[in-house]
Amino acid sequence: MKKILILVGIIILAVAAFVAFKMFQPLPENLDTATTQTTIEGHYSVTVSPENADYQRNSLHNWIVEVTTPDGMPVEDAQITIDGGMPQHGHGLPTSPQMTQALGEGRYKIEGVRFNMRGWWEFKLTITANNTVDNVTFNLVMN
Amino acid sequence: MKPLYLGALIGLVVSGSIGGYYYLQNNGLNEAQLEAARTLSLASLPTLPTDPSNAVADNPAAIALGQSLFNETALSANGKVACATCHLENSQFQDDLPLGQGIGTTDRRTMPLLGVGYASWLFWDGRKDSLWSQALGPIESTVEHGFTRTQVATYVAKNYQEPYEALLGPLTTLETLPAASPLGNDTQQTAWAELDSEQQNDINQIFANVGKSIAAFERTLLPVENQFDRYTAALLAGESPTEKATLSQKEIDGFKIFVGKGECIQCHNGPRLTDEFFHNTGVASPQNSVQNPVIDHGRADAIAIVEADIFNCLGPYSDANQDQCGELRFMSRDEHLFERAFKPPSLRGVAERAPYMHAGQLATLSLVIEHYNNAPTAVSGHTELNPLGLSTNEKASLLAFLEVL
Repeated sequence: MKKILILVGIIILAVAAFVAFKMFQPLPENLDTATTQTTIEGHYSVTVSPENADYQRNSLHNWIVEVTTPDGMPVEDAQITIDGGMPQHGHGLPTSPQMTQALGEGRYKIEGVRFNMRGWWEFKLTITANNTVDNVTFNLVMN
Repeated sequence: MKPLYLGALIGLVVSGSIGGYYYLQNNGLNEAQLEAARTLSLASLPTLPTDPSNAVADNPAAIALGQSLFNETALSANGKVACATCHLENSQFQDDLPLGQGIGTTDRRTMPLLGVGYASWLFWDGRKDSLWSQALGPIESTVEHGFTRTQVATYVAKNYQEPYEALLGPLTTLETLPAASPLGNDTQQTAWAELDSEQQNDINQIFANVGKSIAAFERTLLPVENQFDRYTAALLAGESPTEKATLSQKEIDGFKIFVGKGECIQCHNGPRLTDEFFHNTGVASPQNSVQNPVIDHGRADAIAIVEADIFNCLGPYSDANQDQCGELRFMSRDEHLFERAFKPPSLRGVAERAPYMHAGQLATLSLVIEHYNNAPTAVSGHTELNPLGLSTNEKASLLAFLEVL
């Protein structure tokens, strides 16, 4: 029985060490990482995607933002400004991304994005179209 | 045994087996650690990125010319200072000194050059956005080469006419010109202002081409394979590391701290072990600045400098078009974010490169580890560090790992 207890003790330690490693970089529970979100006041539905899905962390790259009305109609002539950062590190984006092109059908190109660290990043967009301003935040996790 | 206890025991055995499986696989590294090792190893180094701002970046003739110019002591006020004076070939192209020593003493530590062709921003504060533009800085610094661009142009026209013209086209016939530079001392600045704009442009062009040739040479200086790279390659190939590729248990423990509790990998990531970005880590001012307590604002001061530089990617002497200057165009101008932030150097070969930090403030790697473990308050701005709570053993293991890089 004593041997079993020792064995159980060892196993518990092994499991605890394993779990501790996995838990080392805690992200907030239930972090919503959906890449389609409705803006805060509900004016737009917004989808973000990297222009090239194989972008490397810490490389300068582009994103495509697709803006529609809640009922799915593309929003043209929008202006988009970008902000964000790492809430757990208290700093902003390392670059100053800009909307550089309207691609048509409610799609817009954002250039100059870089995420230089692992972890949770907020990618915040302010969208202005037809004199209606609304905001949306995406949560991106870099590994 | 009651069923409840039996169930608990079975649960523990199963979960313990999973932990044990991960422990025994891959030399004690779990999947996340193995993946981290892969990203840090030299095998993950991508092909050297092109430099669209430098048309001769990969030209063999430019590399040869650049190597000569890199070693040319005549490009200095006292005829004794070359790039190679501080960037010593046998010392990872740095000088083992806290502050660089040219004509005078610089404010910062000489940076090593292996792998420098991968960097987007140059100098500790990134005040240059290309390697060729960086190479021009020390030549006109009053404490480094103490030279001027007119002297460079005149010297190259006289001594390197043939290789220069074969590579870069006809050299403008230069009259006898005084030492003149918009960045020099008062006399040199006045002399520069007295040149007409065509002369200034011709001289700037030759000066830029000198930088482009030196950069072409520096791009050939690449990181070398270390014990950690061999170890990781063996693990990834599913082999047991051989003697030439093995790490001791202490070094493996140090690696785990590097990618885990020590959080070193946050900034020292990728195969060069640097994110090539800017971080305030609360490093104190150098001791000699007690007499001269000027705070070095790092990246915060560099933003306006690189933007105004005529030798930047968007400037008239760059070979790039606007679309190829993303780093500069989308540079963050948030001075608050970058107050006293400096670029993490590559950690390859770090154990042989004391003293440490941007002004050589810390004499040993042990002191560096203590610094990160203690996370002192920043001199100005905000440190990104939090105290790590590393034990004496953990610090020793981390040191052992850094020594194999």
